[in-house]
Amino acid sequence: MAGSGNSEVKLLGAWASPYVARARIALNLKEVQYEFLEEQFGTKSELLLKSNPIYKKIPVLIHDDKPICESLIIVQYIDEVWVSSGPALMPADAYDRALHRFWAVYIDDKFVPALFGMMRAPTEEAKAESKEQALASLQLLEEAFGKISKGKPFFGGDTIGYLDVALGAFVGWMKAFEEMNGFKLLDDAKTPLLCAWAENFCNNEVVGAVIPETAKLVELAKVMQARFKSAPPAN
Amino acid sequence: MVASAAVRLFGMWASPAVRRVEWALKLKGIEYEYIEEDLSNKSSSLLEFNPINKQVPVLVHNCNPIVESLVILEYIDETWKENPILPVDPLERAKARFWATFVDVKCREESRKAFFMEGEEKEKAIENLQVQLKALDEELEGKKFFSGDHIGYTDLAVGWMAFWLGVAEEAAGFKANYDVKFPNFSRWMKDFLAEPVIKDNLPPREKTVEFFRAFKQLGSCTKVNQK
Repeated sequence: MAGSGNSEVKLLGAWASPYVARARIALNLKEVQYEFLEEQFGTKSELLLKSNPIYKKIPVLIHDDKPICESLIIVQYIDEVWVSSGPALMPADAYDRALHRFWAVYIDDKFVPALFGMMRAPTEEAKAESKEQALASLQLLEEAFGKISKGKPFFGGDTIGYLDVALGAFVGWMKAFEEMNGFKLLDDAKTPLLCAWAENFCNNEVVGAVIPETAKLVELAKVMQARFKSAPPAN
Repeated sequence: MVASAAVRLFGMWASPAVRRVEWALKLKGIEYEYIEEDLSNKSSSLLEFNPINKQVPVLVHNCNPIVESLVILEYIDETWKENPILPVDPLERAKARFWATFVDVKCREESRKAFFMEGEEKEKAIENLQVQLKALDEELEGKKFFSGDHIGYTDLAVGWMAFWLGVAEEAAGFKANYDVKFPNFSRWMKDFLAEPVIKDNLPPREKTVEFFRAFKQLGSCTKVNQK
């Protein structure tokens, strides 16, 4: 029976992966006990290859031996299974849900590739383009936040919701890139709402435990940059 | 039947993403106003309702715009409860969403490359597409449709492949050979296209092939403005 205290929950992941962070934040918000199985950077375990043969990527949630793949799908799954534990991650209204889903797709399609493009793009010109795209995306997300939050602290309103998790999991990496590149992605002048939102998000207890320290991410980024064409464990 | 004034769909006749939404609306018996867009000269309404992507389809319900065809499908399912297209069980829902995003992101990417590119890159894309088709073929083992005995969300999501993959092959001169290599998938394509809601809601094949042939000639930099 879904949600029973005896159900076994495992999460295959890695400490630095923002996609994994989405799943962990959702599990923590729903107070789900789970075993975190850390994949080693650069290798893929048997369990990962067996559980996610199509993408071979983390995160993979394994619930009573059934694998669920893709971070946003995992977050929705968690919300639907542990429905009576903690506030709902998805809004109640169908149109609000559509907005959360649209912007989550936008984040994965446009924002995240631009964010990591700043580090991974092959030329300085491409890196600069990525930076422009990342900043432009955040500007659109700033406007979206204004409409969706309706004056409350989160996209989800009073409590953290699906879209907060979708974007918030990347705040650690955003801070790391800000430090490495010496410019602000979230800027009090240009994206004041998102600045306040990021602070509220990171101040949440269960979130704070998951988002890695900026210094550690910066160190990892430098290691990765030194390895030609390496990438953070991501899905 | 639901009052038509409340539901509007901005679309383009050749677009698979638009048809996907229409299939869902028709499966649920929802009446809607269809607005054909000239994507080379987009209407001010489209730009107003979808300033972010400026793409079709856009569903407008009670003046609220919903964008991204898979997001629209979930919205339709949650708003009109008859003939549900997504399963109830969370694990089955997760699987349905998994295959939908697999097809929309991965298969579409390889299909696009097979369509636009030539030579070695084209061959590589076809190879990759076949690996993907194999996965879909295996998923169909023992099932008439991805969603079971009746078509559902996953079938609607994969549905573009049943018609537009063949169109792309003809327009761009390649073959993914699913009829030979992937019997379950091949069978599914025929069964899907035979469903009344689908059969009665496809663009004319010749015209669509011509359209995509011309589209390919415009060059590989052009993106089809739809999702």
